Amino acid sequence: MPPEVLEPAVIDTAKAPDRAQTRAQAARRRKALVAVVRALLLVAVLGLWEGLARAKIIDPFNFSMPSKIWDQIWTWVTHGTALGSLGEQIWYTLYEALLGWVIGVIAGVLLGIALGRVRLLAEVLGPYIKVLNSIPRIVLAPIFLIWFGLGPTSKIASAVVLVFFPVFFNAFQGAREVDRNLVANARILGASDRRVTLQVVIPSATSWIFTSLHVSFGFALIGAIVGEYIGATKGIGLLVSQSQNTFNSAGVYAAMAILAVVALAAEGLLTFAERRIFRWKPAGSDN
Amino acid sequence: MSAHTSPAIELRGASKTFRTPSGGLHTAVRGLDLTVGRGEFVAVVGPTGCGKSTTLTLVSGLEEPTEGEVLVAGEPVDGVGDKVGFVFQQDATFPWRTVLSNVMAGPRFRGVPKPEAKQQAREWLARVGLAAFEDRYPHQLSGGQRKRVALAATFVNDPEILLMDEPFSALDVQTRALMSDELLELWEGTGASVVFVTHDLEESIALADKVVVMTAGPATVKQIFDIDLPRPRKVESVRLEPRFIEIYREIWESLGEEVRITRERGAAHAA
Repeated sequence: MPPEVLEPAVIDTAKAPDRAQTRAQAARRRKALVAVVRALLLVAVLGLWEGLARAKIIDPFNFSMPSKIWDQIWTWVTHGTALGSLGEQIWYTLYEALLGWVIGVIAGVLLGIALGRVRLLAEVLGPYIKVLNSIPRIVLAPIFLIWFGLGPTSKIASAVVLVFFPVFFNAFQGAREVDRNLVANARILGASDRRVTLQVVIPSATSWIFTSLHVSFGFALIGAIVGEYIGATKGIGLLVSQSQNTFNSAGVYAAMAILAVVALAAEGLLTFAERRIFRWKPAGSDN
Repeated sequence: MSAHTSPAIELRGASKTFRTPSGGLHTAVRGLDLTVGRGEFVAVVGPTGCGKSTTLTLVSGLEEPTEGEVLVAGEPVDGVGDKVGFVFQQDATFPWRTVLSNVMAGPRFRGVPKPEAKQQAREWLARVGLAAFEDRYPHQLSGGQRKRVALAATFVNDPEILLMDEPFSALDVQTRALMSDELLELWEGTGASVVFVTHDLEESIALADKVVVMTAGPATVKQIFDIDLPRPRKVESVRLEPRFIEIYREIWESLGEEVRITRERGAAHAA
């Protein structure tokens, strides 16, 4: 329980609103200050980059400069890329990452909960999962390219293997760490094993699972991008590799900036969903 | 048939041995004989950590005895049955369910249709005075309110046997007395048999028909005292009666010795 905020029983009516107002004002001022300093920092870094590149202190051919990167993004937006419209590239990558993420999450959660609940399964499969987890999974991307070709399937496969393991381990741990009291209580109240799994184990494992969802969406994007980078017909990863092959460093940075925006937007959506699902949690108890 | 004439709970020479994490064996309960009649309120007192709670888990079917027999309504316990309600020491409300949904859990688990379960749950919430809180989540309630939810969630299943493991030990003294009175009121309407485990002798005398004193662990029954205080009782006033004090002194003579033994063991461990 968070410590209760102690309010004095008798409030000096003349002074109290004053003080509350001053406090609110100070909080607002602080917020504004943080925002301004943040913006200044960004401007300073970009300005330094631009300045150094223009003065040829750093090689503009290798390091490019913010203005060129912005021009590149603008050209992509208005005239499209060499591969087609920019929106199509983003959509392609997002589609691969999203599908891979969903499949990886479902498989990870199902298997994690199953192994967490059924001891025999955990004992039989445990060592195999450890071995699979120890393989650096990014090297599977070329293999998937051979198996599934240049289309989206090979990228989805890379995303799935990257997403599966963190989600699986969190779901497994979550299922293992369920409060024994809650399970005992549910059984006394009359819950069958299936109900205990569905209505006690899964709800209490959700906060574990959600922690892994944040990280794993990033992994799904990595899987899709690396897959595209190695060989694809469309997508932001291909955009990166093409820009690199034509010595267009601004293109590489521009693609990175676009990726960052996409990843942040996805993260925002996930946080929103999490807030809705965890209404039952006391405010401020972050997981 | 025997199911109607047999006592609510019978433990015959029940023992329970656990394997400790370090590989040793720990006997929590040894050769326990105890009979609880139908509709009887039995309080079990004993030194801390002597194995009182283990007795309850044996009766509930959550654990099996290593030796001996445990009978509920004349039949051997085999897993968790539908006659038993259990109020735990720690909070065992489901934090992701609202208050109403928590109280509905029991009937829903037992296959009662939703509208009926909701109606039963609302009735019990009204009886514990939480009708206005049905949409809250447990974390938004006080400790005493959460205990009330736990009581409603247990009573809504209409248990023949009510097991309580130091249910009020986490509450402050005033809330505790209030909850004890409420428990007595709720119980008097049901005719359930109660086993109430506590280390608080005052609480046990105020509530029970029979106080069972356990020995220092491994627990076994040392002595049984009948409490002849008239019902209905009010916890706060009954403890001031001369007869109460007399009984208290009598039982403490028996219990105090076990507490001393436990304490000396603790000191020996510390040294």
